[in-house]
Amino acid sequence: MALQSLDIIRRSATTTPSPGQRQTPEVAKLIDISKCIGCKACQVACMEWNDTRDDIGTNHGVLDNPLDLTENSWTVMRYAEVETERGLEWLIRKDGCMHCANPGCLKACPAPGAVVQYSNGIVDFHEENCIGCGYCITGCPFNIPRLSKKDSKVYKCTLCSDRVAVGLEPACVKTCPTGAIVFGTKEDMIRHAEERVRELTERGFAKAGIYDPQGVGGTHVIYVLQHADKPEAYCGLPRNPSIGPMVDLWKGAAKPVATLGLAMVAVGAFCHYVTKGPNEVSEEIEKEFEDEK
Amino acid sequence: MKNDPKKILRYTPFERANHWLSAITFILLAISGLAFFHPAFYPLTQLFGGGVWTRILHPFIGAAMAISFGVMFFSYRKLNVITPTDKEWLKHVREVVDGDDRNMPEAEKFNGGQKLMFWLLVGCMALLILSGIVIWRAYFAFLFPAAVIRLASVVHAVAATIMIALIIFHIYAAIWTKESIDAMLYGWVRRPWAKQHHPAWFRQMMGGDK
Repeated sequence: MALQSLDIIRRSATTTPSPGQRQTPEVAKLIDISKCIGCKACQVACMEWNDTRDDIGTNHGVLDNPLDLTENSWTVMRYAEVETERGLEWLIRKDGCMHCANPGCLKACPAPGAVVQYSNGIVDFHEENCIGCGYCITGCPFNIPRLSKKDSKVYKCTLCSDRVAVGLEPACVKTCPTGAIVFGTKEDMIRHAEERVRELTERGFAKAGIYDPQGVGGTHVIYVLQHADKPEAYCGLPRNPSIGPMVDLWKGAAKPVATLGLAMVAVGAFCHYVTKGPNEVSEEIEKEFEDEK
Repeated sequence: MKNDPKKILRYTPFERANHWLSAITFILLAISGLAFFHPAFYPLTQLFGGGVWTRILHPFIGAAMAISFGVMFFSYRKLNVITPTDKEWLKHVREVVDGDDRNMPEAEKFNGGQKLMFWLLVGCMALLILSGIVIWRAYFAFLFPAAVIRLASVVHAVAATIMIALIIFHIYAAIWTKESIDAMLYGWVRRPWAKQHHPAWFRQMMGGDK
């Protein structure tokens, strides 16, 4: 959304370097699930700041509303009632873009500059460059981007890149009443999360831990989970997310191999023509038919 | 162009028109598809009115080619059944490539190489149609789980690369073998050409003699 061209370190479908003179500290949003009360203020703040309005939905008999991320709802609270050794627990996860250090959406995107990564780690969509192919959805290990039916562009959490660029915290962080969402440098957030994990462990959550999956190079949205051994319990948070072998092959090795292969076929054909000459009707046969006349 | 009554009809006007429909749609598909495959080819989207238009048009052009190619498949599939003679022809393919076809087994309307090309193209096309449906985001992709879409993306790219390579080869073979482009453009071939390149077919067209 926002365009801080000086801070872009990576652009989709671009083979030359991006501007790299300026360095900004790596940031992270820490979501401490053990502190979340599920009030949805973050959902409201997100729509408020980004000025998106979802359609008024219907009551599905559960607290999740809307039921899933949409092109207008870039973050949703997901409520899971889970039986653990501590009895019934309510695990409420604020879902949205994880801002991977190694983003699958950026790798898959064929449109130059439609997906960018800033030096602070935020992964952003530039909708004016988006062609609506949906490859980012194919590439995302967290199933985050949503294609709008209205304009065929994809949308997702920007981590309020426009606010962060001018030194503000994301809107969801600003509004969170319990301090479950905090924002700062990634280093500070990891330190803060470690502290929280220690406290939770002391309180009897033996398997408490940080969710900062290394399969995607770490993320710039990290969770404190009370049960880090069971990420799936948090409405299907993937255990070991990664770009995966298919997308890796498709948008990795396949590109140079196929391009080179095709060029070699064309060059090979040309060389054959030059060395062997055309395949013409032999004079013998031509003569046969001439005699006939 | 039948100014020579002794010429032989190789392709009917309908076959020719349909072949060129497939050819034109294929070239448009290859250009637009490559644009999505590698950033080096992205500027080709300008030929279609930009990235968004290329994304919109590519699958519809694909559907047009699927129909046109389908017609070719049904009209040529019997002529392309690979016989033991064709296998023998393929074993000696090096000699043809080196420019000496004097000792080759007699080719029918299509030689062993053309028949092999036909079946490889049919295989690629089938994979492209199936995987193309899966990754057609506007209408079908939401019906499939992410893992299937990822697999289909790879299949589409691999099958397309092989098909482009085969078509480069196909075009080259037509340029290399003089007068064969005329056959597909105008339909008629000279008898010496037929006897040289497709002797069994030539005999059949001449009513069994020669």
